[in-house]
Amino acid sequence: MNGPQDVGGRAGFGPVAPERDEPLFHAEWERRALGITLCCGVLGHWNIDSSRHARESLPPAVYYGSTYYEIWIRALEALLRDAGELSYEELSSGQSLAPGKAATRCLKPDRVAAVLSAGSPVDRPASAPARFSPGDRVRTRNHQPLGHTRLPAYARQKTGVVEAIRGHHIYADAHAHGAGEAPEWLYTVRFDAGELYGEGADPTLSISIDAWEPYLDPA
Amino acid sequence: MTARVRAIETILTAKGLIDPAAVDAIVDTYEHKVGPRNGAQVVARAWTDPAFAARLAEDATSAIAEMGFGGRQGEHMVAIFNTPDLHNLVVCTLCSCYPWPVLGLPPAWYKAPAYRARAVREPRAVLAEFGVTLPPDTGIRVWDSTAEVRYLVVPMRPDGSEGLCEAELADLVTRDSMIGCGVARVPA
Repeated sequence: MNGPQDVGGRAGFGPVAPERDEPLFHAEWERRALGITLCCGVLGHWNIDSSRHARESLPPAVYYGSTYYEIWIRALEALLRDAGELSYEELSSGQSLAPGKAATRCLKPDRVAAVLSAGSPVDRPASAPARFSPGDRVRTRNHQPLGHTRLPAYARQKTGVVEAIRGHHIYADAHAHGAGEAPEWLYTVRFDAGELYGEGADPTLSISIDAWEPYLDPA
Repeated sequence: MTARVRAIETILTAKGLIDPAAVDAIVDTYEHKVGPRNGAQVVARAWTDPAFAARLAEDATSAIAEMGFGGRQGEHMVAIFNTPDLHNLVVCTLCSCYPWPVLGLPPAWYKAPAYRARAVREPRAVLAEFGVTLPPDTGIRVWDSTAEVRYLVVPMRPDGSEGLCEAELADLVTRDSMIGCGVARVPA
């Protein structure tokens, strides 16, 4: 979606602000926000792609006006509401008014290490060979669905070179919207800066994205 | 936000959906156990063990797993090696994708729009804000982590590090150098 998350190449955000000796968390609530969000992910109501979509679906003014973990919490509330696990009444009263639906899947502390170290690999068996090979020239499509996508706007309708086949991975565009895993071949595609940004671009610069096959046509 | 997050935790705990002790365990993991020292060990080994470096280049997920690191947000790792001619920089323009098992949780600036917007457009200016100035003819390659592949930059081994052991070398490897916003420290 052409949402607030798609900031690559855009101007006006000011300088990068590295902090010296930066803390991992800037407030105690950020610690809880991280842990609560990861715990809720285990409940099975959503996946990483639908959770990203919840974050990018925040109104732009809210997204840009929020710190990172604020974005996480606002999106978590929306995901929990959509899952029927958290009502406005509960949030305003601070009280649980109904038992959790997915309580049997609650992550217990003794399983945390195993869940984190297992991760969630997204490579899946392929039924067809990859359409493109390293070295192939490809052009990204004018792919701008109203829903979730991982093709950034700056790399739309641009010609690049396939640098690597990364595997046959769950397709984020489908997976974010309840359409199953729908795996597709994933490629690293490299572009010259001049192709992306036109005249005056840094001639020493190239940029790559990881692009699923449905994003690409032969060039 | 303090009150809001506390309310969410209270409600979800009462519903049996989360266990605060599991929240504690997750926070403890990323605050005390998983962080950029992991990645620094990977880089130091790559500097000292050519066979390991070759495995890291071929299949980073497996090579990193040899050292005991892996899991969430590191399921599909790729290592990219800086050379005198090419400097690599990693970003996630769309959100905050970052290789947690080797670098821990991303710093705030990595997740903020300024870095995400500018890393793909004017990386030399971004690097300058980190105090890094590359020769003008050094190529820059920016890797936008738009899928579930996670990238680890292997910085160049600094001059003057000959004869150092792996642990000493790891101390030269900064977090930022493994994102590409820095270079390895020169030994004192």
